[in-house]
Amino acid sequence: MKAYDLVELAGRNLREAVLRNSLTTIGIAVGVASLVAMLSLGVGLQQVFGKRLGRSGLFDTVIVASKQDFRTEDDRRNRPNMQSGEIKSLDDTARQTFEKISGVAEVYPEIRLTAELRFAVDGKAERPHFAAITALPTSANNSEAFEDLQGKFFSGPKAEEAIVLGEFARELLEMPEDTRQSDKQKLSNEDANRLIGKELTLRYAERATNNESAIAPSDSNKAKAADEAGANFDFSVVRREKKLKIVGVVNTEPYGGMRSVSRGRVFIPTGLAESMNFMQPSDLRTLMRASKGKTYMTLIVRANKPTQIPVIQETIKKMGFSTYSMQDASKTLRYVFIFLDMFLAIFGSLALAVASLGIMNTLVMAILERRREIGIMKALGASDIDVKKLFFVEAGAMGVLGGVLGTSLGWTIGRVINFGTNIWLQRQDIPTENFWYVPWWLVVGAMVFSVFVSLGSGLYPASRAAKLDPVQALRHD
Amino acid sequence: MRSDLEAIKTIDVRRHYKMGTNVISAVDGVSLTIRDGEFAALLGTSGSGKSTLMNLIAGLDRPSSGSILVHGRDLAQMTSEELAKYRRHTVGMVFQSFNLVPTMNLAENVELPMRFAEVDRAERNDRVQDALKRVRLSARLTHRPSELSGGEQQRAALARALVNRPKLLLADEPTGNLDSKTGEEIMNLIQELNSTLGTTVVMVTHERALAERYATRMIFLGDGKVLDAGEQLTTATVNIAGGVQ
Ligand SMILES: Nc1ncnc2c1ncn2[C@@H]1O[C@H](COP(=O)(O)OP(=O)(O)OP(=O)(O)O)[C@@H](O)[C@H]1O
Ligand SMILES: [Mg+2]
Repeated sequence: MKAYDLVELAGRNLREAVLRNSLTTIGIAVGVASLVAMLSLGVGLQQVFGKRLGRSGLFDTVIVASKQDFRTEDDRRNRPNMQSGEIKSLDDTARQTFEKISGVAEVYPEIRLTAELRFAVDGKAERPHFAAITALPTSANNSEAFEDLQGKFFSGPKAEEAIVLGEFARELLEMPEDTRQSDKQKLSNEDANRLIGKELTLRYAERATNNESAIAPSDSNKAKAADEAGANFDFSVVRREKKLKIVGVVNTEPYGGMRSVSRGRVFIPTGLAESMNFMQPSDLRTLMRASKGKTYMTLIVRANKPTQIPVIQETIKKMGFSTYSMQDASKTLRYVFIFLDMFLAIFGSLALAVASLGIMNTLVMAILERRREIGIMKALGASDIDVKKLFFVEAGAMGVLGGVLGTSLGWTIGRVINFGTNIWLQRQDIPTENFWYVPWWLVVGAMVFSVFVSLGSGLYPASRAAKLDPVQALRHD
Repeated sequence: MRSDLEAIKTIDVRRHYKMGTNVISAVDGVSLTIRDGEFAALLGTSGSGKSTLMNLIAGLDRPSSGSILVHGRDLAQMTSEELAKYRRHTVGMVFQSFNLVPTMNLAENVELPMRFAEVDRAERNDRVQDALKRVRLSARLTHRPSELSGGEQQRAALARALVNRPKLLLADEPTGNLDSKTGEEIMNLIQELNSTLGTTVVMVTHERALAERYATRMIFLGDGKVLDAGEQLTTATVNIAGGVQ
C-alpha cells in the first residue's frame, strides 16, 4: 500500500469512529496527563524543598577546619608521634584546591570578631556599642534570612557597607531595652530609614605584618602580599577605624558556619572583611606554631546542590582536614534529598505504566471491534504488513493528539492542585509556594513519550491485527 | 468461453481443525480441476466443507496438506505476502453477507482493493465508475451500504470484487441472503461476467436449481470429500456414487 493511501485510510478510520477514537485518545491523554501532573508536582516539590533547605544554608555547606583545631593539649601529649608536618595547614593553597572540587560553588573563610561600633543616632553624639561582626559572602543574599531584608543587600563583595540585625538596630536607635528582644517583629520602615544610609564606625584590631620595621605598614594590601609570600610571619596588631554605610536591616541571623557563642549582630561583606585583615585567633596560633603564611581558622565550602555535599565532604576529608556539615548530624536528612530524587522516578514510572496500559487496552479493544473490517481488507488483498502499518499509523496519530491534549491537561491539573494547596497554605498562614512546575523538558518529554508509548503500545495490537485469521474474522455471525 | 487450460487444480487437499483431542477434517482429500472460463457450482450439505475449500482456493487459508495450483502456482508454497498479492490481483471474492465496509460509501468500497493493489490514483476513478456501471449502480456512488437494499449491496460487492480485474471470481453463497428474484439478478450478473470477461467462476450454493440454471458444471461435496465432480470426473471420485440430497 502506498503512503498516501495508508494515511488516507488511517485518517478516515479515525474520523469514522469518532467516539471510539476520541475515547482512545482521551485514554492516552489521561495517561500522559497523570505523568505530566505527577512529574510537575514532583519537580515542583523538589524545587520548593530543595530551594528552601538550600536557602537555609544549612545543608549545602561543609565547614572545613585544620585538624589541629580540635587537638587538645592532652592529645598532643598522648600522641607525640603525630607530626605537625602531617597536619595540613588551612591556607590559600588549600582554599584554591577546594574551589576546584567539582560541585563547589564557593569557598570563603568564616570571619567573626567582636568590635566596637560607634553610631550617632539622629545627629546626636556618637555612642559606642559592642557587637559580634560576621562576614557574609555575596551568595548569602539568596539565603532565607534575607527574604525579609529591609533596605538592600551589599552592593559588592568589597563594599564598605554593613547590614545590622533587627535587635542591634533597636540598640543603635536607643529604643527601650524591653522591646529589643522582640526580634521576630520587623522594624518599622520609619525606624529602618533612620538607620539605612547612615554611617557606622567600626573600630578593630588589624593584623599588620612587620616588614623588618617594627611598625605596621598602613597599607594592608602590601601586608597581605608579603604575608602570602611567606616572607614574614611576624606581625603586630594595629588599631584601626573603618566607616561603614548601613544598607539594610535583617531580622534573623543567616546561617554561616558553626554557631559561635555570640550571635553576629552586624554583617559585612566577606571580601571587605578579608581585605581588612582583622586580627583572628588563628593568627596567634600561627605565631606560636611558626607555620608559613596566613592560615584560616575555618573555611566554608558551599556546594551547588545539597546532594553533592557528601562527596565534597569526603574529598576534603581525604585531603587531611576536619570537616563538618549539617548532613553529618542527621543521616535522615540525606535521605530526604535522595527521596526527593526518587520521588520523581517512582511516580514517573507509575504514571508511565498506567499510560501504556491504557493505550494498549484501548487499541486492543479497537481491534476486537474491527475484526470484520480487518478480515474484509485481507480478503481484498491487504497484506499483513499493510494491516500492521495501518493500525500503527492510527496509534501514532492518536498518540500525538493524546500527547498534546494530555500535556495541557496535566499542566492544568498541576495548576489546580497548586492553586488548591496554596489556598490551604494561606489558611495555615504559611507563605504560598509553587509546588507545581512544568519545565520545558517535561513538555517535550511528555509529547515524545506519548508518541513512543502509543507506537510501542500500538505495536502489539497492530501485530495482532496483522495476524488475524481472515477466515475467522469473516465467519458470518 | 471454456478452454482446456487449468485455472485451478487441487491435489489431495486436506484441511484439518484440531479440537482438543479430536481432529475435524473439514476438507478431506479433495482433488479437482477447474478449467479457465468455467462456471463451477459447489454444492453440498451444510458442514460439507464448501466454504473451507473456497477459502483455501482464495488464499485466505492454507491447506493442512496437498497442493492448490492456480495457473500453475502452488498456493501452499507461497509466503503470506505472496498470498496477499495473489488475492489482490488474481482473486475477486463475494460473500453471503456482502461484507462491504459500512463506514465507506460505494465508491470508496470499490476503490479499496485498488489501494492494496497500488493502482494509479488517476486511473482509479474511471475504474470505480466502470465497475459500478457494470452492476448498474452508477447512481449510488456516494451512498453507504446501509442505505442500499440487499441486492444492491451484493451488486456493489460484485463491483468491488471485479475492480482489480481478477481471473477468478469466488462467490460463497452470493444469493444466500437474498430473495429468489434478487438472487436471479445477481446470478445473471455473474453469468454475464463469466461470458463477457471470461472470468472463471466458482460459486458455493445451497440451491441446486440456481446451479443447474447458471453453472456449467456442478461439484458435489460431502463430509469434506468430492462426491461428484460433475462431468469432469477425477480418479479420486470415480468410484463414489454421486447420490446427493
Ligand atoms: N475454525 C474451525 N474450527 C473447527 N471446525 C471448523 C472450523 N471451520 C470450519 N469447521 C468445520 O468444518 C466443517 C466444514 O465447514 P464449512 O464452513 O466449510 O462448511 P460449509 O459447507 O460451508 O457449510 P455451510 O453450508 O453451512 O456454510 C464443519 O463441520 C465446521 O464445523
Ligand atoms: Mg459455508
